[in-house]
Amino acid sequence: MRIGLFATCLGDTLFPEAVKSTAVLLARLGHEVVFPPDQTCCGQMHVNTGYQREPVPLVRNFATQFGDASIDAVVMPSGSCAGSVRHQHEIVAERYGDAALRAGVATVKAKTYELSELLVDVLGVTQVGAYFPHRVTYHPTCHSLRMLRVGDKPLKLLRAVEDIDLVELPEADSCCGFGGTFAVKNAETSTAMLQDKMRNIADTKADVCSAGDSSCLMHIGGGLSRIKSGTRTLHLAQILGSTRTAPYALMEAAR
Amino acid sequence: MTTPTARDTVLGRIRDALALAPTPAAEVPRSYRTGRTLPDGERLALLTDRLVDYKAEVHPCTGDRTAEVIAGILREHDARRIGVPDGLDEEWLSAFDGEVQRDSADIPAPSLDALDGVVTASAVSCAETGTIFLDGSSGQGRRALSLVPDLHVCVVDLSSVVAGVPEAIARLVPERPTTLISGPSATSDIELERVEGVHGPRNLAVVIRTDA
Amino acid sequence: MSTFLGMPAAPPRSPYGTGNLRGDRKFPAAAHDELGNDQLRRNLGRATRTIRAKRIDVTGELPDWEELRDAGSAIKTDTMNRLPELLEQLEARVTERGGTVHWARDGVEANEIVTRLVRETGSSDVIKVKSMATQEIGLNEHLEAEGITPYETDLAELIVQLAHDKPSHILVPAIHRNRDEIREIFLKEIPGVDPALDNVPAHLAAAARAYLREKFMTTKVAVSGANFGIAETGTLSVVESEGNGRMCLTLPDTLITVMGIEKVLPRYQDLEVFFQLLPRSSTGERMNPYTSLWTGVTPGDGPQDFHLVLLDNGRTAALADTVGREALNCIRCSACLNVCPVYERAGGHAYGSTYPGPIGAVLTPQLAGMHAAKDDPNSSLPYASSLCGACFDACPVKIDIPSLLVELRHQNTEQSGTTAEKLAMKAAAGVMKSPRIYTAAQKAASFSRSVGVGGRDRTISHLPAPFDGWSDSRDTAAPPKQSFRSWLASAEGAETMRAAAEEGAAHPAGSPDEGAAPTTEGPDEGAGRTDESPEGDQ
Repeated sequence: MRIGLFATCLGDTLFPEAVKSTAVLLARLGHEVVFPPDQTCCGQMHVNTGYQREPVPLVRNFATQFGDASIDAVVMPSGSCAGSVRHQHEIVAERYGDAALRAGVATVKAKTYELSELLVDVLGVTQVGAYFPHRVTYHPTCHSLRMLRVGDKPLKLLRAVEDIDLVELPEADSCCGFGGTFAVKNAETSTAMLQDKMRNIADTKADVCSAGDSSCLMHIGGGLSRIKSGTRTLHLAQILGSTRTAPYALMEAAR
Repeated sequence: MTTPTARDTVLGRIRDALALAPTPAAEVPRSYRTGRTLPDGERLALLTDRLVDYKAEVHPCTGDRTAEVIAGILREHDARRIGVPDGLDEEWLSAFDGEVQRDSADIPAPSLDALDGVVTASAVSCAETGTIFLDGSSGQGRRALSLVPDLHVCVVDLSSVVAGVPEAIARLVPERPTTLISGPSATSDIELERVEGVHGPRNLAVVIRTDA
Repeated sequence: MSTFLGMPAAPPRSPYGTGNLRGDRKFPAAAHDELGNDQLRRNLGRATRTIRAKRIDVTGELPDWEELRDAGSAIKTDTMNRLPELLEQLEARVTERGGTVHWARDGVEANEIVTRLVRETGSSDVIKVKSMATQEIGLNEHLEAEGITPYETDLAELIVQLAHDKPSHILVPAIHRNRDEIREIFLKEIPGVDPALDNVPAHLAAAARAYLREKFMTTKVAVSGANFGIAETGTLSVVESEGNGRMCLTLPDTLITVMGIEKVLPRYQDLEVFFQLLPRSSTGERMNPYTSLWTGVTPGDGPQDFHLVLLDNGRTAALADTVGREALNCIRCSACLNVCPVYERAGGHAYGSTYPGPIGAVLTPQLAGMHAAKDDPNSSLPYASSLCGACFDACPVKIDIPSLLVELRHQNTEQSGTTAEKLAMKAAAGVMKSPRIYTAAQKAASFSRSVGVGGRDRTISHLPAPFDGWSDSRDTAAPPKQSFRSWLASAEGAETMRAAAEEGAAHPAGSPDEGAAPTTEGPDEGAGRTDESPEGDQ
């Protein structure tokens, strides 16, 4: 399958390791990974903060970069960015776009997937040949869980990882408090939510807290770093990308 | 020129709003469960389970034992003075040796507070939710009667018990003042912890007549 | 009348400065105080956890729960589409059955109508059933100013009234109080209460029963709200638990019901849907203890003088918005409050409105506006959410609250003129729409790292405003050496991808698992029982 990889602006710029793992994983599974070079950002931050005119060029650029019929599916290691493409782009196009944009948005929307959806639903794999001999807990991010309805696909993938010690996160489905600009505009409420999330993570005594969104992991990881927790955050793609021949070196990367 | 009435203004605003933001007509899908039937035994078991869950007393009996069971309940609650609505089967109180006050509209509602309890019939019951419907028809009385006294003994015929809410609503007469009763009065207002017994009857005893 | 002129006019919001639809501070400032109150946090956390578990149990046991939600949602949408005819029908049926219908453009007018009706009875006291509509319009405050004493009879409303407090929850207005606090309030405020009263909820409820008994027996006028009004039959309904509603609806001579115009339902049959959706979503019970249905006046049974006041107060303004109108479908169950992580931490008072929580954050700005004043506190409400979506899953009539929040944020920025935030958003979009500038900016970010941003451990522990709230409790990683695209373009990236592709060609690990089929199971209730197509739930 020819798969278009959307790195997301956050992944491309601040968390490239998760994107690298995604690219390598898909190639290792025998698929052709294409990276349209002029891709930038999906515009989610703008829309979620109340700006729908400003992201029109971003929405247009996304549709242009990934609209090509030779791309069978578009994948991104982010539930919230996939959610934006699937739910918000058409709102923006409907309100401030033209007929061409609306058509382009509808085309890419229909073939856009978050990583675990692509693997389980489209490619039909849960066993990706990963090896990760560490204690891991998984936080289902809100947009993966409730906007995309990925359900337990990420957990199915994790359960199939060799030597993983997967532990359930208490109150897993409660929000970590990130919410994009929410964490800035309502920082104190966000912090209260983060504290509860970190307490639940601490209860699992996991080495790693994983999720499918670098944004939420940035939030949780920033909190864990501040309290000098023994748990670190790692994107789902990085666990799935860790193999016996090229295992993820956990301690080296730990802050 | 006359000033528009509030009625004209509000209706005009609604029409303006609908003109400004038209939306397509909505079809109502009614694919939820309706018209369900359950065997007698299952309806009895379900209704009993729900009522017990609400902390109501449940007394299943055959119709010929109605008077005996009612008298037993009233004795148990030490109810000496009870109210009954017009149309209640007199036979039902034949085993009760206390004072019976037949209710009428001219009795001031506050004086019902002096009664120890009330015995009524019922219109319909819903097994799945443990709900008894009173509609003010014969044997059920005005709403105040089954509300003010602290004990409500309610007679339910199993033939009037239906499976679910849609089946119960279908049997109601909309114009009648109707009260849905699901257990004794309760509140969850303190720490969302359910407590039985506030303003309505603190005790609900349901006599289910299994052959009626 | 605008309709006669041919051009529809935008209906007005609730008049500024009236009623209880606006706080005096923006959400973050109000939440600051509430977050600092540990007792409040404990009370709310405990209560919302309890109710969440109960709701999941009783909604999960119905195999047709999703079908009921679909029906409830559609009935409400249909109602809004046909609102004028349904209200006229309701008015005709109530009038035929001996009731009197009044219309109120706003809360001020509704308060005047109720006051006049109470005066006409000669009573100086009224007993009240818990009602959101009368709370919204500030009826109690108005009656008191006019020399009429309102007695709240719902236990939680009584607690709030006795404590001179404000409600903080739609269903349980005193959810922020625990049993010890309630005991203190009763000891201080209820005349003649037993000084040995302890904190056992059953004993506290008994104290309320004893206090209100005499009021029920002697007061000649009651004021209620309504959960539903049936156009087809003129039937009104109040859903409750304690029996205080039955007392108020049955014992007085006069009953005055204040109902928002959006509470009408087309058919009596529609109750079969809402009597299943409401109690299970709200108190987590299969059915609430008492529901009353009455149609006009019944000779010999209940109040012989019945008035229905139909209230607009900004509802038509909400109706004029294609997206926002969905908020009018709300049946006030409060499930969205109980699942909301923001509500659970900040509490109901932080919203400043009669309607708190997720639904309040979308309803309040629509009823009362977001820019009615300089720095209007209501303009902060659409941002009081992390958009986690738990509210949407819990809503029995499927109101897409996250989408409404995003829509209201958009309306807010459109109305706000030029702000620093808007300029920053424009600038960010300007960078990101050009791949060339975007790549240059990434390089600058990486460069910042090489010149020492983030120090030795590569973390930034303090950021300037407006990001200082973030950095108060979170470290931020400094940008990495290399962006993904630079890596991919590098020799190392090319070699890594080539090796992976070779492996993929050699060992087709990507072939589908034996028997693996796309799943529809989910780890949470929402995902498990809601549409699972790649399109999500739209």
